[in-house]
Amino acid sequence: MTIDYALIWAGLIAFAVLAYVVLDGFDLGVGILFPWAKSEQERDLMMNSVAPVWDGNETWLVLGGGGLFAVFPLAYAIIMPALYAPIIIMLLALVFRGVAFEFRWKSQSRKYLWDWAFAGGSFVATFSQGVALGALVQGIPVSGRAYAGGWWDWLSAFSLLTGLALVVGYALLGSTWLMLKTDGRVEQLAKRATFGLGIVMLGLIGLVSLISPFLHEHFMQKWFAWPAMLFVAPVPILVLVCAIALFRGIRLNRPLMSFLAVEGLFVLSYIGLVISFFPYIVPSSVTLWQAAAPDNSLKFLLVGAVFLIPMILAYTAYAYWVFRGKVGPTHDYH
Amino acid sequence: MEWLDALTLARIQFAFTVSFHIIFPAFTIGLASYMAVLNALHLFTGKEVYLTLFNYWKKIFAVAFGMGVVSGIVMSYQFGSNWSVFSDKTGPVLGPLMGYEVMSAFFLEAGFLGVMLFGRARVGPKLHFFATAMVALGTFMSAFWILSVNSWMQTPAGYAINDVGQFIVVDWFKVIFNPSFPYRLVHMLLAAYLTTAFVVGGVAAFHLLKERKHMGQLGATPSPESQAATRVMFSMAMWMAAIVAPIQIMAGDAHGLNTLAHQPAKIAAIEGHTESQGKAPLILIGIPNAKEERIDYAISVPYLSSLILTHSLDGVVPGIRSTPVADRPPLGIVFFAFRSMVGIGMLMLCIGLWSLWLRYRGRLYDAPLMHRFAVIMGPSGFIAILSGWIVTEVGRQPFTVYNLLRTADSHSPIDATAIAFSLAAFVIVYFSLFGAGVYYILRQMKAPPGEGHGAADLSVHEPIRAAGIVPGPMFTAKSSQPGVTGTQGDRT
Repeated sequence: MTIDYALIWAGLIAFAVLAYVVLDGFDLGVGILFPWAKSEQERDLMMNSVAPVWDGNETWLVLGGGGLFAVFPLAYAIIMPALYAPIIIMLLALVFRGVAFEFRWKSQSRKYLWDWAFAGGSFVATFSQGVALGALVQGIPVSGRAYAGGWWDWLSAFSLLTGLALVVGYALLGSTWLMLKTDGRVEQLAKRATFGLGIVMLGLIGLVSLISPFLHEHFMQKWFAWPAMLFVAPVPILVLVCAIALFRGIRLNRPLMSFLAVEGLFVLSYIGLVISFFPYIVPSSVTLWQAAAPDNSLKFLLVGAVFLIPMILAYTAYAYWVFRGKVGPTHDYH
Repeated sequence: MEWLDALTLARIQFAFTVSFHIIFPAFTIGLASYMAVLNALHLFTGKEVYLTLFNYWKKIFAVAFGMGVVSGIVMSYQFGSNWSVFSDKTGPVLGPLMGYEVMSAFFLEAGFLGVMLFGRARVGPKLHFFATAMVALGTFMSAFWILSVNSWMQTPAGYAINDVGQFIVVDWFKVIFNPSFPYRLVHMLLAAYLTTAFVVGGVAAFHLLKERKHMGQLGATPSPESQAATRVMFSMAMWMAAIVAPIQIMAGDAHGLNTLAHQPAKIAAIEGHTESQGKAPLILIGIPNAKEERIDYAISVPYLSSLILTHSLDGVVPGIRSTPVADRPPLGIVFFAFRSMVGIGMLMLCIGLWSLWLRYRGRLYDAPLMHRFAVIMGPSGFIAILSGWIVTEVGRQPFTVYNLLRTADSHSPIDATAIAFSLAAFVIVYFSLFGAGVYYILRQMKAPPGEGHGAADLSVHEPIRAAGIVPGPMFTAKSSQPGVTGTQGDRT
């Protein structure tokens, strides 16, 4: 039996993107919630809760992009030009919020500028990611080995909706993270935000899920054809379970439960997307086998990935362990 | 504007973003190693001065590293957005190398950076040293892989071309350790170490001069501990200059011989001779004239070009005309950039030798003229690195993969307008944000080591700085707020 390296790599890239979403999602979300903090001290606390880990979280985005280049170069070469505007805007927004982590502490009277860079950058980066995702789900026209559409194709009602949904989703991740990591007024703020955002988020998940199957013929077949429906049916049911856990977590004052419930919602939505996409990497245009680099390249990188990815997960977990517990108002670095 | 087509704009954008980017990693590669050494010295000797220096550079490192990370993310997506044909064709070869860079370098740096910056109190000195060493190792791994990628584009090896026109790999060892890679890796790492050494030396020299100026004024000089730290910092930097600058010149020479063997057109542009010739003179300086294929008003030293490049007096040095016009790199840029790099290298050697002489005479900390020179040379490493990269990258033109894939056949099918807008956005954002970052770094450097760490002890020292370090009387009235030294431009 031959090993399907392209399929293994599709799984690894999907894992990297998922890791990015569940990790950077909460620190972007903290940025989105920044304007609601009442005082400088509250913003200090919010930023300190993610300062030691944001950098590692964002590295998964580099692995997603770099990995795509490495193992699915054709998909990389088609998707990046197709999503040119949202990707460039996302990158610039990430620059704004990334430098704000350091600059904010160096500035005195203009601290507010970096507060806005952090909040605005987080919001715009998230929104662009959502738009890019929506545009990808809608499909990208391809001719030969290149993108064949126009420069505004990514803009549609659907991609704006997914942009909005991701902003709400990351904000919800951020608010449950803050419930977990902070106390006092910030924790109270986070609880209220979680309740409201949770309701909106569930509505948006429902809306996007209802629209998506109508975008491509093969999406529809997967979700509504018998007996395939039997296999995908657990996804919506588990969404319901997570939703209940989210609100119970707020009521019972168990923030970890709420946080994990939201992460669960993201994982399930993501699994839903993966089910819809498969076997395409660019929906309706390029399958993952068509886009894959030769086996030789896939094998070479896989050897390293088998050792390095578990190590990465181990020391990432260690870093989270070192900075466990609620954050204090002061900091031994700043 | 006819010449501003999509290709030209994409090239400008790449040159701009990569030039900005390289400044930060070039600095943090050296600084991470320096900080790992400081951390180790503190661990083994127990001397407080090394920890003081570690904490001093930590803040600067954090800002520089942050800027390196975010400008690097831009690079990893720009290959696809602006150079999609290149990405499709070279992906099977270069993609895995970059994949290894992400997995073995970026995660290592990012994973341990938090502990290095914030975690000393939580993990203790030993694990803190380990975390610092891992960050330093990460910067080294990153340099290893990305230089392998770049070197493959200069001297491709171990590849074949498949039926859809992609480069595919026949021999991974030959791909990674392609002919120019070992030379480029050594040359770049040494350059990063030298750059950091000159920044550290420049900052130390600045504080030595400052001390001297305010000597005897009560309350105007930093604490004895701080003065000691400044001296340790200056001494370490000058040892680096004295030892590494000569090694770098030798490494550069070896790199040059390698380039002669594999990329004669680049050497022709560097040297500026019209025809290939033996007994070639070295053109020190002149005005490149691409149209006439020669250097006007050249000042040259007989035989030296042959001697340097072939290590014999009558060895043949390739001329501009030995390469077909369509395959030649631009003459002027390569010619001048090379001279800028080598000139700075020679000045670095001078300062290293000068420091040895002063050290021998026991006057290393008491030589204002040399200290002034060291302050001026503080940023010289960055200019040398940018010049060197211009030589090697512009010298590779008109190809992205040397002799195999033309730059004109590498870019994305994107409208010039779209690239023009994104280029404008990058220029505005990079100049304003990274300008602010450089400003914060310079302000941090203006505070002497061991003084002004954390808001608490800043307020204690505040009156001292208000009297001593703030440059003009117009600022002193404002500096009642803690956390600011010197220029108050950040206030409204």
